[in-house]
Amino acid sequence: MQKKVVLNFPPHLIDQPITYRLIKDFGLVVNILRARISPREWGRMVVELAEDGGRWQDAMDFLADTGVEVEPLAREVLRHEERCIHCTACVSPCPTKALDVPDRQTMTVVFDRERCIACELCLKVCPYQAMEILFE
Amino acid sequence: MAKTIQEINDKIRAGRAVVVTAEEILAVVKDKGVKKAAAQVDVVTTGTFAPMCSSGAYFNLGHTKPRMKLGGGRVTLNDVPAYAGFAAVDIFMGATAIPDDDPRNKVFPGAFPYGGGHVIEDLVAGEEVRLTATAYGTDCYPRKALDTLIRLADMNEAVLFNMRNAYQNYNVAVNLSDRVLYTYMGVLQPRMRNANYCTAGQLSPLLNDPLYRTIGVGTRIFLGGGVGYVVSQGTQHNPGVRRTDRGLPMGGSATLAVTGDLKQMSPRWLRGASFTGYGVTLAVGLGIPIPILDEEMLYYVSVSDADIVGPVVDYSEAYPNGKAEILAHVTVAELKSGEIVVNGKKVATAGLSSYARAREVAQILKDWISAGNFLLSEALEPLPGPESGYVFKPLAERPAIQTLTEGYSNVASVK
Repeated sequence: MQKKVVLNFPPHLIDQPITYRLIKDFGLVVNILRARISPREWGRMVVELAEDGGRWQDAMDFLADTGVEVEPLAREVLRHEERCIHCTACVSPCPTKALDVPDRQTMTVVFDRERCIACELCLKVCPYQAMEILFE
Repeated sequence: MAKTIQEINDKIRAGRAVVVTAEEILAVVKDKGVKKAAAQVDVVTTGTFAPMCSSGAYFNLGHTKPRMKLGGGRVTLNDVPAYAGFAAVDIFMGATAIPDDDPRNKVFPGAFPYGGGHVIEDLVAGEEVRLTATAYGTDCYPRKALDTLIRLADMNEAVLFNMRNAYQNYNVAVNLSDRVLYTYMGVLQPRMRNANYCTAGQLSPLLNDPLYRTIGVGTRIFLGGGVGYVVSQGTQHNPGVRRTDRGLPMGGSATLAVTGDLKQMSPRWLRGASFTGYGVTLAVGLGIPIPILDEEMLYYVSVSDADIVGPVVDYSEAYPNGKAEILAHVTVAELKSGEIVVNGKKVATAGLSSYARAREVAQILKDWISAGNFLLSEALEPLPGPESGYVFKPLAERPAIQTLTEGYSNVASVK
């Protein structure tokens, strides 16, 4: 099991080492892609979690019990197909090839949600506002 | 065997014309050779869809009661200022116009979410826009203020008029500096980490008629999803640049001024665009049919991406300062592969002109002609060609303050 998710931390958990517990107690591999944690606000963290011999379901139960909301990353990243004109401007800045031109004959841009890490580099380079990321 | 445009039109009317796109012709030539292909094919269609800043539209809004003279007043559409220096109710909306209260680049880089290009797209999409105007009032045009919703269908004339479109070849932009650049060629990463290009390559209209044998004043074209016409050479037309053996310019060269009825057009082919840190513009879909008059024309339209070379230009230093420095020449085939090599360094490429949409334009134009709905036109005048001596000059500045001083001293001497 390997998955990119968004962890939403309620403000009262600011002093809890949640990531540490995921790694130490449940043996998950945690790769933090981006995070925003500040006092008295909901914290948001985009992570790639891998089971890798750890206990996935127990970890998910722990997060639920603690009050951390887990959402799939895919829900946070929107690609407005009708706005995209396939200019390819987003392709070279995209660090994970989530946005790519697999067929160089048709030059059509394809978005692979699974590869997206919500880095937002595509937002500033798309002149047509075809990409939208809800991560605030 | 030479053909005339008249003969080709007769075949189009009879539904017998052989029409292929500028991409499809490559396989035909490979298969049959230039001679046979020239005999068989009548028309090759081209296309491009890219941001073209020197675009805009003029509108006749209809007269209010009591009458109002917008000329000399202030007019906005969805808060975007339009030019009103004409008669009572004629205005022009330019693609790059932005609202007065847009923060521009005050917080760098600005987002430029809405401007003239978007107003044109919204109108073409049939949306209502807000028209506001103030005027000084005259005896014949007494009204001084106006605030109303308006749609394209409400207007009398609505005409796209682009003074420079369809650039024949273009720069490949890179950034040699240490900071990110926000340009009309997109976001350029420091130390040449990316290269942005803007050409439809083998589908590009003027690269398929490199010496302007068929494209000229009055040529009927696909414009913004409707039918349009070439008015003349566009601004900054520069036919005298260095060319390859095939006659292809090795950098920005010819341009076209084009026009067409906006009411026929579609938002799929006129799209407002926001370039971070640069501004607003309009992406325009444009396609031109090339009549295959003889083997020479067939040879020209058989141009492929590997034949087209563009100059790599540094947008941190050479471009902004108007220096004619070229780092390298690369082919469109290399650019489309996703990576070029400049001074030994591999650089990732990205486009601004949509090749996918250019194919679609060429296909639509092919369908129109095949169905007998679109006839070719004979150019009324050719565009100035490579030997014409027509050049694109920089501005020679004469500081106005000095002229003013001279003016005053002249006045003094008269006294």
